[in-house]
Amino acid sequence: MTGVKVKYLLGNIDNPNSADIEEYEKAGGYQALGKALSMESAMVIEEVKKSGLRGRGGAGFPTGMKWMFADRDPKFPKYIVCNADEGEPGTFKDRIILEKNPHVLIEGMAIAAHALKAEHGYIYLRGEYPAAKKVLETAINQAQRRGCLKFPLHIHQGAGAYICGEETALIDSLGGKRGQPRLKPPFPVSEGLFGKPTVVNNVETFANLPFIIKNGAEEYLKIGNPECPGNKLFPVSGHVERPGVFELPMGTTLREIIYEHAGGVKGGLALKAVIPGGISTPVLPPDKIDCPMDFVSVPKWGSMLGSGAVIVFAEGTCLVKVAWRSLKFFERESCGKCTPCREGTGWLRAILERIENGQGREGDIGLLEDVAGNIAGNTFCPLGDGAASVALNFIRHFRSEFEGHIKTDCRKMAVGP
Amino acid sequence: MSEPGMVVEGPLAGLEEIKKQYPTERAALMPALHAAQREFGWLSHEALAAVASRLNLPEATVRSTASFYSMFQGKSTGRHAVRICTNVACMVLGAEGLLAVLNGLYGLAPGQTSPDGRFSLEVMECIGACDKGPSMLVNEDLHTDLSAEKIIEVLETYE
Ligand SMILES: Cc1cc2nc3c(=O)[nH]c(=O)nc-3n(C[C@H](O)[C@H](O)[C@H](O)COP(=O)(O)O)c2cc1C
Ligand code: FES
Repeated sequence: MTGVKVKYLLGNIDNPNSADIEEYEKAGGYQALGKALSMESAMVIEEVKKSGLRGRGGAGFPTGMKWMFADRDPKFPKYIVCNADEGEPGTFKDRIILEKNPHVLIEGMAIAAHALKAEHGYIYLRGEYPAAKKVLETAINQAQRRGCLKFPLHIHQGAGAYICGEETALIDSLGGKRGQPRLKPPFPVSEGLFGKPTVVNNVETFANLPFIIKNGAEEYLKIGNPECPGNKLFPVSGHVERPGVFELPMGTTLREIIYEHAGGVKGGLALKAVIPGGISTPVLPPDKIDCPMDFVSVPKWGSMLGSGAVIVFAEGTCLVKVAWRSLKFFERESCGKCTPCREGTGWLRAILERIENGQGREGDIGLLEDVAGNIAGNTFCPLGDGAASVALNFIRHFRSEFEGHIKTDCRKMAVGP
Repeated sequence: MSEPGMVVEGPLAGLEEIKKQYPTERAALMPALHAAQREFGWLSHEALAAVASRLNLPEATVRSTASFYSMFQGKSTGRHAVRICTNVACMVLGAEGLLAVLNGLYGLAPGQTSPDGRFSLEVMECIGACDKGPSMLVNEDLHTDLSAEKIIEVLETYE
Protein backbone atom coordinates (compact mmCIF):
# COMPACT_ATOMS: atom_id res chain seq x y z
CA MET A 1 0.00 0.00 0.00
CA THR A 2 1.44 3.30 -0.98
CA GLY A 3 -1.60 5.51 -0.31
CA VAL A 4 -2.58 8.84 -1.81
CA LYS A 5 -1.09 9.88 -5.14
CA VAL A 6 -0.20 13.53 -5.44
CA LYS A 7 2.74 15.16 -7.15
CA TYR A 8 4.26 18.00 -5.26
CA LEU A 9 7.86 17.84 -6.47
CA LEU A 10 7.42 17.75 -10.23
CA GLY A 11 3.70 18.40 -10.60
CA ASN A 12 4.30 21.58 -12.56
CA ILE A 13 7.15 20.66 -14.85
CA ASP A 14 5.14 20.24 -18.02
CA ASN A 15 4.58 23.97 -17.85
CA PRO A 16 7.38 25.45 -20.01
CA ASN A 17 7.71 28.35 -17.54
CA SER A 18 7.74 26.16 -14.46
CA ALA A 19 10.97 27.77 -13.22
CA ASP A 20 9.41 31.23 -13.11
CA ILE A 21 8.31 32.59 -9.74
CA GLU A 22 4.98 33.84 -11.06
CA GLU A 23 3.99 30.42 -12.32
CA TYR A 24 5.16 28.88 -9.08
CA GLU A 25 3.11 31.30 -7.01
CA LYS A 26 0.05 30.82 -9.23
CA ALA A 27 0.14 27.14 -8.33
CA GLY A 28 0.19 27.98 -4.60
CA GLY A 29 3.94 28.37 -4.23
CA TYR A 30 5.42 30.28 -1.29
CA GLN A 31 2.19 29.88 0.72
CA ALA A 32 3.94 27.31 2.88
CA LEU A 33 6.69 29.82 3.60
CA GLY A 34 4.09 32.37 4.66
CA LYS A 35 2.61 29.82 7.01
CA ALA A 36 6.02 28.83 8.38
CA LEU A 37 6.92 32.45 9.07
CA SER A 38 3.75 32.82 11.11
CA MET A 39 4.81 29.87 13.26
CA GLU A 40 7.37 29.77 16.06
CA SER A 41 10.56 28.24 14.68
CA ALA A 42 10.40 25.47 17.27
CA MET A 43 6.96 24.53 15.95
CA VAL A 44 8.29 24.22 12.42
CA ILE A 45 10.97 21.84 13.63
CA GLU A 46 8.32 19.90 15.55
CA GLU A 47 6.15 19.58 12.44
CA VAL A 48 9.08 18.30 10.37
CA LYS A 49 9.90 15.79 13.10
CA LYS A 50 6.30 14.59 13.18
CA SER A 51 6.21 14.24 9.40
CA GLY A 52 8.84 11.48 9.52
CA LEU A 53 10.71 13.06 6.58
CA ARG A 54 13.96 11.26 5.85
CA GLY A 55 16.85 12.79 3.97
CA ARG A 56 16.85 12.03 0.24
CA GLY A 57 20.62 12.31 -0.20
CA GLY A 58 21.16 8.58 0.29
CA ALA A 59 21.37 7.84 3.98
CA GLY A 60 17.73 8.46 4.89
CA PHE A 61 18.52 10.23 8.14
CA PRO A 62 15.45 11.78 9.86
CA THR A 63 15.47 15.45 8.91
CA GLY A 64 13.61 16.71 11.98
CA MET A 65 16.14 15.07 14.27
CA LYS A 66 19.06 16.60 12.38
CA TRP A 67 17.44 20.00 12.71
CA MET A 68 16.82 19.50 16.40
CA PHE A 69 20.52 18.81 17.01
CA ALA A 70 21.51 21.95 15.12
CA ASP A 71 18.87 23.97 16.93
CA ARG A 72 20.11 22.84 20.34
CA ASP A 73 23.66 23.95 19.64
CA PRO A 74 24.10 27.40 21.19
CA LYS A 75 26.66 28.64 18.65
CA PHE A 76 25.73 31.27 16.07
CA PRO A 77 25.68 32.01 13.19
CA LYS A 78 24.08 28.85 11.86
CA TYR A 79 24.29 27.80 8.24
CA ILE A 80 22.05 25.82 5.95
CA VAL A 81 23.61 24.10 3.00
CA CYS A 82 21.85 22.43 0.13
CA ASN A 83 23.67 19.42 -1.21
CA ALA A 84 23.22 19.72 -4.98
CA ASP A 85 26.41 17.86 -5.79
CA GLU A 86 24.39 14.99 -7.29
CA GLY A 87 27.14 12.68 -8.46
CA GLU A 88 25.98 9.16 -7.70
CA PRO A 89 26.09 7.48 -11.12
CA GLY A 90 22.61 6.86 -12.46
CA THR A 91 21.15 9.82 -10.56
CA PHE A 92 19.55 12.79 -12.30
CA LYS A 93 16.66 13.61 -9.99
CA ASP A 94 18.01 16.75 -8.31
CA ARG A 95 18.85 18.19 -11.72
CA ILE A 96 15.16 18.17 -12.68
CA ILE A 97 14.22 20.10 -9.55
CA LEU A 98 17.09 22.53 -10.06
CA GLU A 99 16.31 23.19 -13.69
CA LYS A 100 12.52 22.93 -13.75
CA ASN A 101 11.27 23.68 -10.27
CA PRO A 102 13.96 25.72 -8.48
CA HIS A 103 11.46 27.62 -6.34
CA VAL A 104 10.32 24.52 -4.49
CA LEU A 105 13.94 24.15 -3.36
CA ILE A 106 14.31 27.82 -2.49
CA GLU A 107 11.03 27.81 -0.57
CA GLY A 108 12.18 24.71 1.31
CA MET A 109 15.48 26.40 2.19
CA ALA A 110 13.65 29.52 3.35
CA ILE A 111 11.46 27.39 5.62
CA ALA A 112 14.56 25.66 6.99
CA ALA A 113 16.33 28.97 7.56
CA HIS A 114 13.39 30.23 9.61
CA ALA A 115 13.17 27.01 11.62
CA LEU A 116 16.88 26.99 12.38
CA LYS A 117 17.39 30.75 12.69
CA ALA A 118 20.06 30.33 10.07
CA GLU A 119 21.65 33.51 8.80
CA HIS A 120 23.27 32.27 5.65
CA GLY A 121 22.65 29.60 3.04
CA TYR A 122 24.72 27.98 0.31
CA ILE A 123 23.78 25.67 -2.50
CA TYR A 124 26.71 23.42 -3.33
CA LEU A 125 26.05 22.76 -7.00
CA ARG A 126 28.04 20.23 -8.95
CA GLY A 127 30.33 21.78 -11.54
CA GLU A 128 28.88 19.66 -14.30
CA TYR A 129 25.46 21.38 -14.07
CA PRO A 130 26.05 24.74 -15.79
CA ALA A 131 22.46 24.95 -17.05
CA ALA A 132 21.08 24.51 -13.53
CA LYS A 133 23.35 27.28 -12.31
CA LYS A 134 21.77 29.82 -14.65
CA VAL A 135 18.22 28.79 -13.70
CA LEU A 136 19.05 28.93 -9.99
CA GLU A 137 20.66 32.36 -10.24
CA THR A 138 17.54 33.77 -11.86
CA ALA A 139 15.27 32.05 -9.36
CA ILE A 140 17.25 33.28 -6.35
CA ASN A 141 17.12 36.84 -7.73
CA GLN A 142 13.37 36.59 -8.23
CA ALA A 143 12.83 35.26 -4.72
CA GLN A 144 14.99 38.00 -3.25
CA ARG A 145 13.15 40.74 -5.10
CA ARG A 146 9.79 39.36 -3.97
CA GLY A 147 10.94 39.36 -0.39
CA CYS A 148 10.67 35.58 -0.15
CA LEU A 149 14.33 35.24 0.79
CA LYS A 150 15.32 37.10 3.90
CA PHE A 151 18.83 35.71 4.18
CA PRO A 152 21.75 35.64 1.75
CA LEU A 153 21.72 32.49 -0.39
CA HIS A 154 24.69 31.80 -2.62
CA ILE A 155 25.60 29.16 -5.15
CA HIS A 156 28.96 27.48 -4.65
CA GLN A 157 30.07 25.64 -7.74
CA GLY A 158 31.85 22.30 -7.36
CA ALA A 159 34.63 21.24 -9.68
CA GLY A 160 34.26 17.57 -10.48
CA ALA A 161 34.87 15.54 -7.34
CA TYR A 162 32.23 12.94 -6.45
CA ILE A 163 33.40 12.72 -2.86
CA CYS A 164 32.34 16.33 -2.25
CA GLY A 165 28.78 14.96 -2.10
CA GLU A 166 29.72 13.49 1.29
CA GLU A 167 28.69 16.19 3.73
CA THR A 168 31.93 16.72 5.64
CA ALA A 169 33.95 16.76 2.42
CA LEU A 170 31.39 19.18 1.02
CA ILE A 171 31.86 21.47 3.99
CA ASP A 172 35.64 21.50 3.55
CA SER A 173 35.22 22.11 -0.15
CA LEU A 174 32.92 25.04 0.58
CA GLY A 175 35.65 26.38 2.80
CA GLY A 176 38.11 26.36 -0.12
CA LYS A 177 39.92 23.15 0.76
CA ARG A 178 40.49 19.75 -0.79
CA GLY A 179 37.26 17.80 -0.39
CA GLN A 180 38.23 14.99 1.97
CA PRO A 181 35.79 13.55 4.50
CA ARG A 182 36.42 14.26 8.16
CA LEU A 183 36.03 11.82 11.00
CA LYS A 184 32.65 12.17 12.73
CA PRO A 185 31.97 13.27 15.46
CA PRO A 186 31.97 16.21 15.59
CA PHE A 187 28.98 16.29 13.28
CA PRO A 188 28.19 19.21 10.99
CA VAL A 189 25.16 20.08 13.15
CA SER A 190 27.56 21.24 15.85
CA GLU A 191 30.83 21.93 14.00
CA GLY A 192 30.14 22.39 10.34
CA LEU A 193 30.86 25.19 7.95
CA PHE A 194 33.40 27.63 9.43
CA GLY A 195 33.13 25.65 12.66
CA LYS A 196 29.50 26.64 13.13
CA PRO A 197 26.28 24.56 13.42
CA THR A 198 25.35 23.57 9.90
CA VAL A 199 22.46 21.64 8.44
CA VAL A 200 23.26 19.91 5.17
CA ASN A 201 20.24 18.56 3.30
CA ASN A 202 19.76 17.18 -0.16
CA VAL A 203 17.86 19.13 -2.85
CA GLU A 204 14.94 16.72 -2.78
CA THR A 205 14.77 16.84 1.03
CA PHE A 206 14.33 20.63 1.01
CA ALA A 207 11.79 20.25 -1.81
CA ASN A 208 9.57 18.12 0.46
CA LEU A 209 9.21 20.87 3.07
CA PRO A 210 6.67 23.16 1.38
CA PHE A 211 4.19 20.27 1.11
CA ILE A 212 4.73 19.26 4.74
CA ILE A 213 4.28 22.77 6.13
CA LYS A 214 1.37 23.65 3.88
CA ASN A 215 -0.61 20.44 4.41
CA GLY A 216 0.68 19.37 7.79
CA ALA A 217 2.59 16.31 8.94
CA GLU A 218 -0.57 14.22 9.12
CA GLU A 219 -1.33 14.58 5.43
CA TYR A 220 2.30 13.84 4.60
CA LEU A 221 2.21 10.64 6.64
CA LYS A 222 -0.61 9.38 4.44
CA ILE A 223 1.75 9.18 1.48
CA GLY A 224 3.99 6.14 1.06
CA ASN A 225 5.17 3.92 3.86
CA PRO A 226 4.29 5.32 7.32
CA GLU A 227 7.80 4.41 8.45
CA CYS A 228 9.22 6.25 5.48
CA PRO A 229 6.60 8.62 4.15
CA GLY A 230 6.31 11.01 1.26
CA ASN A 231 7.03 10.93 -2.43
CA LYS A 232 10.38 9.94 -3.85
CA LEU A 233 11.92 10.78 -7.18
CA PHE A 234 13.10 7.69 -9.04
CA PRO A 235 15.47 8.35 -11.94
CA VAL A 236 15.38 5.30 -14.21
CA SER A 237 18.03 4.55 -16.84
CA GLY A 238 19.61 1.66 -18.72
CA HIS A 239 17.62 -0.83 -20.75
CA VAL A 240 14.06 0.43 -20.37
CA GLU A 241 11.56 1.67 -22.92
CA ARG A 242 10.84 5.02 -21.24
CA PRO A 243 13.74 6.21 -19.11
CA GLY A 244 13.18 9.33 -17.02
CA VAL A 245 12.41 10.61 -13.54
CA PHE A 246 9.22 9.40 -11.85
CA GLU A 247 7.67 10.94 -8.75
CA LEU A 248 6.05 8.12 -6.82
CA PRO A 249 5.16 7.34 -3.23
CA MET A 250 7.87 5.76 -1.12
CA GLY A 251 7.31 2.01 -1.09
CA THR A 252 6.40 1.70 -4.77
CA THR A 253 7.87 -1.62 -5.89
CA LEU A 254 10.79 -1.90 -8.27
CA ARG A 255 8.54 -3.99 -10.48
CA GLU A 256 5.98 -1.18 -10.78
CA ILE A 257 8.70 1.38 -11.44
CA ILE A 258 10.33 -0.68 -14.18
CA TYR A 259 7.28 -2.21 -15.85
CA GLU A 260 4.56 0.41 -15.40
CA HIS A 261 6.31 3.74 -15.29
CA ALA A 262 9.45 3.09 -17.30
CA GLY A 263 7.63 1.00 -19.90
CA GLY A 264 9.39 -2.31 -19.19
CA VAL A 265 12.68 -3.73 -20.38
CA LYS A 266 13.76 -2.45 -23.78
CA GLY A 267 12.62 -4.50 -26.73
CA GLY A 268 10.63 -6.82 -24.46
CA LEU A 269 13.85 -8.56 -23.40
CA ALA A 270 14.14 -10.43 -20.12
CA LEU A 271 15.43 -8.56 -17.08
CA LYS A 272 18.90 -9.66 -16.05
CA ALA A 273 19.71 -7.40 -13.10
CA VAL A 274 18.85 -4.06 -11.56
CA ILE A 275 20.73 -1.57 -9.45
CA PRO A 276 18.12 0.04 -7.19
CA GLY A 277 19.74 3.18 -5.80
CA GLY A 278 22.71 4.36 -7.84
CA ILE A 279 25.88 2.37 -8.48
CA SER A 280 26.99 2.47 -4.85
CA THR A 281 24.07 0.20 -3.92
CA PRO A 282 24.19 -3.60 -4.30
CA VAL A 283 22.78 -5.08 -7.50
CA LEU A 284 19.59 -7.17 -7.29
CA PRO A 285 18.63 -10.20 -9.38
CA PRO A 286 15.24 -10.33 -11.15
CA ASP A 287 13.57 -12.38 -8.41
CA LYS A 288 13.95 -9.43 -6.03
CA ILE A 289 12.01 -6.80 -7.94
CA ASP A 290 8.96 -6.98 -5.72
CA CYS A 291 11.04 -5.00 -3.28
CA PRO A 292 9.23 -1.86 -2.04
CA MET A 293 11.45 1.13 -2.66
CA ASP A 294 11.91 2.98 0.60
CA PHE A 295 14.67 3.36 3.17
CA VAL A 296 13.19 0.72 5.49
CA SER A 297 12.35 -2.02 2.97
CA VAL A 298 15.25 -2.16 0.52
CA PRO A 299 17.82 -3.28 3.14
CA LYS A 300 15.55 -6.25 3.92
CA TRP A 301 15.80 -7.25 0.27
CA GLY A 302 19.58 -7.08 0.25
CA SER A 303 20.36 -3.62 -1.04
CA MET A 304 19.81 0.05 -0.23
CA LEU A 305 17.58 2.83 -1.45
CA GLY A 306 20.53 5.21 -1.89
CA SER A 307 19.51 7.96 -4.28
CA GLY A 308 16.66 5.88 -5.71
CA ALA A 309 18.42 5.74 -9.08
CA VAL A 310 17.27 2.58 -10.84
CA ILE A 311 19.60 1.19 -13.53
CA VAL A 312 18.15 -1.68 -15.52
CA PHE A 313 20.14 -4.37 -17.35
CA ALA A 314 18.54 -6.58 -19.96
CA GLU A 315 19.59 -10.13 -20.77
CA GLY A 316 22.81 -10.12 -22.77
CA THR A 317 24.50 -7.47 -20.61
CA CYS A 318 27.93 -8.52 -19.37
CA LEU A 319 27.77 -7.95 -15.64
CA VAL A 320 31.49 -8.50 -15.20
CA LYS A 321 31.94 -5.43 -17.32
CA VAL A 322 29.36 -3.50 -15.31
CA ALA A 323 31.13 -4.49 -12.09
CA TRP A 324 34.50 -3.48 -13.55
CA ARG A 325 33.19 -0.08 -14.66
CA SER A 326 31.63 0.48 -11.24
CA LEU A 327 34.91 -0.25 -9.49
CA LYS A 328 36.76 1.97 -11.91
CA PHE A 329 34.49 4.75 -10.74
CA PHE A 330 35.25 4.12 -7.07
CA GLU A 331 38.98 3.93 -7.72
CA ARG A 332 38.90 7.21 -9.59
CA GLU A 333 36.76 9.00 -7.01
CA SER A 334 38.42 7.70 -3.84
CA CYS A 335 39.77 10.83 -2.18
CA GLY A 336 42.96 9.01 -1.24
CA LYS A 337 42.82 9.78 2.46
CA CYS A 338 42.55 6.24 3.81
CA THR A 339 44.55 3.27 2.61
CA PRO A 340 41.91 0.50 2.44
CA CYS A 341 39.80 2.60 0.09
CA ARG A 342 42.62 4.17 -1.94
CA GLU A 343 44.48 0.87 -2.52
CA GLY A 344 41.60 -1.56 -2.22
CA THR A 345 39.38 -0.01 -4.88
CA GLY A 346 42.33 -0.13 -7.28
CA TRP A 347 42.95 -3.79 -6.53
CA LEU A 348 39.32 -4.71 -7.05
CA ARG A 349 39.27 -2.81 -10.34
CA ALA A 350 42.48 -4.50 -11.50
CA ILE A 351 41.23 -8.02 -10.74
CA LEU A 352 37.90 -7.34 -12.44
CA GLU A 353 39.73 -5.85 -15.38
CA ARG A 354 41.80 -8.95 -15.99
CA ILE A 355 38.72 -11.14 -15.68
CA GLU A 356 36.93 -8.88 -18.15
CA ASN A 357 39.91 -9.02 -20.50
CA GLY A 358 39.93 -12.80 -20.55
CA GLN A 359 42.99 -13.09 -18.32
CA GLY A 360 41.22 -14.11 -15.15
CA ARG A 361 43.00 -16.61 -12.93
CA GLU A 362 41.77 -19.51 -10.90
CA GLY A 363 41.12 -18.12 -7.43
CA ASP A 364 40.35 -14.58 -8.60
CA ILE A 365 36.85 -14.69 -7.20
CA GLY A 366 38.19 -15.66 -3.79
CA LEU A 367 40.74 -12.88 -4.10
CA LEU A 368 38.02 -10.34 -4.88
CA GLU A 369 36.10 -11.49 -1.83
CA ASP A 370 39.20 -11.28 0.31
CA VAL A 371 40.13 -7.76 -0.80
CA ALA A 372 36.55 -6.52 -0.50
CA GLY A 373 36.31 -8.06 2.97
CA ASN A 374 39.39 -6.11 4.02
CA ILE A 375 37.95 -2.81 2.81
CA ALA A 376 34.51 -3.22 4.36
CA GLY A 377 34.28 -1.59 7.77
CA ASN A 378 37.82 -0.24 7.61
CA THR A 379 37.38 3.01 5.75
CA PHE A 380 36.97 6.62 6.78
CA CYS A 381 33.71 7.23 4.93
CA PRO A 382 31.11 5.04 3.23
CA LEU A 383 32.69 5.29 -0.23
CA GLY A 384 35.00 2.36 0.43
CA ASP A 385 32.29 0.29 2.08
CA GLY A 386 30.06 0.93 -0.91
CA ALA A 387 32.75 -0.22 -3.32
CA ALA A 388 33.34 -3.43 -1.38
CA SER A 389 29.69 -4.26 -1.11
CA VAL A 390 29.09 -3.56 -4.80
CA ALA A 391 31.82 -6.03 -5.76
CA LEU A 392 30.65 -8.67 -3.26
CA ASN A 393 27.05 -8.50 -4.40
CA PHE A 394 27.79 -8.85 -8.10
CA ILE A 395 29.68 -12.01 -7.19
CA ARG A 396 27.03 -13.20 -4.78
CA HIS A 397 24.18 -13.01 -7.26
CA PHE A 398 26.03 -13.76 -10.48
CA ARG A 399 28.88 -16.03 -9.41
CA SER A 400 28.49 -18.41 -12.30
CA GLU A 401 28.84 -15.56 -14.77
CA PHE A 402 32.14 -14.56 -13.14
CA GLU A 403 33.31 -18.18 -13.12
CA GLY A 404 32.33 -18.61 -16.73
CA HIS A 405 34.13 -15.40 -17.63
CA ILE A 406 37.36 -16.65 -16.09
CA LYS A 407 37.14 -19.78 -18.25
CA THR A 408 35.90 -18.13 -21.46
CA ASP A 409 36.39 -14.57 -22.62
CA CYS A 410 33.06 -12.98 -23.40
CA ARG A 411 34.34 -9.78 -24.92
CA LYS A 412 33.19 -10.87 -28.33
CA MET A 413 29.67 -10.61 -27.02
CA ALA A 414 28.15 -7.15 -27.35
CA VAL A 415 27.33 -5.30 -24.18
CA GLY A 416 23.60 -4.88 -23.94
CA PRO A 417 20.86 -5.86 -26.31
CA MET B 1 40.57 44.24 1.21
CA SER B 2 39.21 46.87 -1.15
CA GLU B 3 37.98 50.21 0.17
CA PRO B 4 34.35 51.06 -0.45
CA GLY B 5 33.93 52.90 -3.70
CA MET B 6 37.42 51.99 -4.86
CA VAL B 7 37.55 50.70 -8.42
CA VAL B 8 39.37 47.39 -8.57
CA GLU B 9 41.37 46.70 -11.69
CA GLY B 10 43.65 44.05 -13.09
CA PRO B 11 43.33 40.29 -13.36
CA LEU B 12 40.42 38.70 -11.49
CA ALA B 13 38.96 42.06 -10.47
CA GLY B 14 35.53 40.39 -10.33
CA LEU B 15 36.66 38.45 -7.28
CA GLU B 16 36.07 41.36 -4.95
CA GLU B 17 32.33 40.80 -5.34
CA ILE B 18 32.61 37.05 -4.85
CA LYS B 19 34.64 37.46 -1.67
CA LYS B 20 31.65 39.15 -0.06
CA GLN B 21 29.71 35.91 -0.30
CA TYR B 22 31.98 34.21 2.24
CA PRO B 23 33.18 35.03 5.74
CA THR B 24 36.79 34.06 4.91
CA GLU B 25 39.00 34.70 1.90
CA ARG B 26 39.98 31.04 1.81
CA ALA B 27 36.36 30.09 1.17
CA ALA B 28 36.37 32.16 -2.00
CA LEU B 29 39.13 29.95 -3.40
CA MET B 30 36.98 27.64 -5.53
CA PRO B 31 34.99 30.41 -7.18
CA ALA B 32 38.31 32.21 -7.67
CA LEU B 33 39.78 29.18 -9.44
CA HIS B 34 36.69 28.93 -11.65
CA ALA B 35 37.04 32.61 -12.50
CA ALA B 36 40.76 32.28 -13.17
CA GLN B 37 40.17 29.33 -15.47
CA ARG B 38 37.62 31.37 -17.44
CA GLU B 39 39.93 34.37 -17.63
CA PHE B 40 43.25 32.62 -18.31
CA GLY B 41 41.90 29.57 -20.19
CA TRP B 42 43.62 27.17 -17.79
CA LEU B 43 45.31 27.30 -14.41
CA SER B 44 48.77 28.36 -15.49
CA HIS B 45 51.37 29.56 -13.04
CA GLU B 46 50.24 33.14 -13.70
CA ALA B 47 46.63 32.25 -13.06
CA LEU B 48 47.38 30.56 -9.75
CA ALA B 49 49.63 33.42 -8.71
CA ALA B 50 46.87 35.92 -9.47
CA VAL B 51 44.41 33.92 -7.35
CA ALA B 52 46.91 33.68 -4.49
CA SER B 53 47.53 37.39 -4.50
CA ARG B 54 43.84 38.34 -4.69
CA LEU B 55 42.97 36.09 -1.77
CA ASN B 56 46.12 36.66 0.29
CA LEU B 57 46.85 32.95 0.30
CA PRO B 58 50.16 31.12 -0.17
CA GLU B 59 50.52 29.80 -3.72
CA ALA B 60 51.07 26.30 -2.33
CA THR B 61 47.62 26.42 -0.74
CA VAL B 62 46.03 27.49 -3.99
CA ARG B 63 47.86 24.79 -5.93
CA SER B 64 46.99 22.09 -3.42
CA THR B 65 43.29 22.84 -3.54
CA ALA B 66 43.23 23.21 -7.33
CA SER B 67 44.93 19.87 -7.90
CA PHE B 68 42.21 17.99 -6.02
CA TYR B 69 39.45 18.83 -8.50
CA SER B 70 39.26 17.28 -11.93
CA MET B 71 37.60 20.29 -13.54
CA PHE B 72 40.51 22.55 -12.70
CA GLN B 73 42.87 22.21 -15.64
CA GLY B 74 46.56 22.11 -14.86
CA LYS B 75 47.55 22.24 -18.52
CA SER B 76 46.44 24.14 -21.57
CA THR B 77 43.45 22.70 -23.33
CA GLY B 78 41.81 22.79 -26.72
CA ARG B 79 39.31 25.42 -27.81
CA HIS B 80 36.42 23.18 -26.82
CA ALA B 81 36.21 20.89 -23.82
CA VAL B 82 34.51 17.62 -24.73
CA ARG B 83 33.44 15.66 -21.66
CA ILE B 84 31.92 12.33 -22.44
CA CYS B 85 30.32 10.05 -19.89
CA THR B 86 31.23 6.37 -19.93
CA ASN B 87 29.72 5.40 -16.60
CA VAL B 88 27.49 2.34 -16.34
CA ALA B 89 24.19 3.69 -17.70
CA CYS B 90 25.89 5.34 -20.68
CA MET B 91 28.25 2.39 -21.14
CA VAL B 92 25.46 -0.13 -21.63
CA LEU B 93 23.99 2.22 -24.23
CA GLY B 94 27.23 2.25 -26.22
CA ALA B 95 29.38 5.13 -24.89
CA GLU B 96 32.68 3.33 -25.38
CA GLY B 97 32.15 3.03 -29.11
CA LEU B 98 32.00 6.81 -29.29
CA LEU B 99 35.52 7.10 -27.92
CA ALA B 100 36.77 5.06 -30.85
CA VAL B 101 34.92 7.37 -33.24
CA LEU B 102 36.54 10.45 -31.72
CA ASN B 103 39.93 8.86 -31.88
CA GLY B 104 39.55 7.92 -35.50
CA LEU B 105 38.17 11.24 -36.65
CA TYR B 106 40.00 13.84 -34.57
CA GLY B 107 42.93 11.91 -33.14
CA LEU B 108 41.44 12.52 -29.71
CA ALA B 109 42.45 10.39 -26.75
CA PRO B 110 41.13 10.74 -23.19
CA GLY B 111 43.06 13.41 -21.30
CA GLN B 112 44.52 14.77 -24.54
CA THR B 113 43.99 17.64 -26.94
CA SER B 114 43.54 17.02 -30.66
CA PRO B 115 46.63 17.87 -32.75
CA ASP B 116 44.84 20.90 -34.26
CA GLY B 117 44.04 22.28 -30.81
CA ARG B 118 40.33 22.18 -31.51
CA PHE B 119 39.10 19.71 -28.87
CA SER B 120 40.22 18.35 -25.52
CA LEU B 121 38.66 15.12 -24.40
CA GLU B 122 37.89 14.02 -20.90
CA VAL B 123 36.16 10.80 -19.90
CA MET B 124 33.58 11.59 -17.25
CA GLU B 125 31.81 9.74 -14.56
CA CYS B 126 28.03 10.28 -14.63
CA ILE B 127 26.96 13.77 -15.73
CA GLY B 128 23.35 13.34 -14.65
CA ALA B 129 21.82 12.73 -18.05
CA CYS B 130 21.66 8.95 -17.88
CA ASP B 131 18.09 8.69 -19.19
CA LYS B 132 19.23 9.98 -22.56
CA GLY B 133 22.66 8.37 -22.73
CA PRO B 134 25.20 8.26 -24.08
CA SER B 135 25.67 11.87 -23.01
CA MET B 136 28.39 14.50 -23.16
CA LEU B 137 29.09 18.10 -22.30
CA VAL B 138 30.79 20.31 -24.85
CA ASN B 139 31.91 23.38 -22.94
CA GLU B 140 28.66 24.18 -21.11
CA ASP B 141 26.26 22.51 -23.55
CA LEU B 142 24.69 19.14 -22.83
CA HIS B 143 24.25 16.73 -25.75
CA THR B 144 22.39 13.47 -25.35
CA ASP B 145 21.22 10.38 -27.24
CA LEU B 146 24.59 10.23 -28.97
CA SER B 147 25.34 7.79 -31.76
CA ALA B 148 28.42 7.58 -33.96
CA GLU B 149 26.70 9.82 -36.52
CA LYS B 150 25.20 12.27 -34.05
CA ILE B 151 28.41 12.89 -32.12
CA ILE B 152 30.19 13.93 -35.33
CA GLU B 153 27.27 16.09 -36.37
CA VAL B 154 27.31 17.84 -33.00
CA LEU B 155 31.07 18.32 -32.80
CA GLU B 156 31.21 19.75 -36.32
CA THR B 157 29.21 22.71 -35.05
CA TYR B 158 32.14 23.65 -32.79
CA GLU B 159 34.92 25.38 -34.72
C1 LIG C 1 30.53 9.07 -0.99
C2 LIG C 1 29.30 9.84 -0.68
C3 LIG C 1 28.69 10.63 -1.65
C4 LIG C 1 27.53 11.34 -1.39
N1 LIG C 1 26.97 12.10 -2.38
C5 LIG C 1 25.85 12.81 -2.12
C6 LIG C 1 25.26 13.64 -3.12
O1 LIG C 1 25.74 13.72 -4.26
N2 LIG C 1 24.14 14.32 -2.81
C7 LIG C 1 23.57 14.27 -1.55
O2 LIG C 1 22.59 14.93 -1.31
N3 LIG C 1 24.12 13.49 -0.59
C8 LIG C 1 25.23 12.78 -0.84
N4 LIG C 1 25.78 12.01 0.16
C9 LIG C 1 25.14 12.02 1.49
C10 LIG C 1 25.62 13.21 2.34
O3 LIG C 1 26.79 12.84 3.04
C11 LIG C 1 24.58 13.61 3.38
O4 LIG C 1 24.18 12.48 4.08
C12 LIG C 1 23.36 14.25 2.79
O5 LIG C 1 23.69 15.34 1.97
C13 LIG C 1 22.45 14.71 3.90
O6 LIG C 1 21.25 15.24 3.38
P1 LIG C 1 19.86 14.52 3.63
O7 LIG C 1 19.77 14.21 5.10
O8 LIG C 1 18.86 15.52 3.18
O9 LIG C 1 19.87 13.27 2.81
C14 LIG C 1 26.94 11.27 -0.10
C15 LIG C 1 27.53 10.48 0.87
C16 LIG C 1 28.68 9.76 0.60
C17 LIG C 1 29.29 8.92 1.67
S1 FES D 1 25.78 7.40 -16.58
FE1 FES D 1 26.21 8.75 -18.18
S2 FES D 1 25.13 10.50 -17.64
FE2 FES D 1 24.75 9.20 -15.98
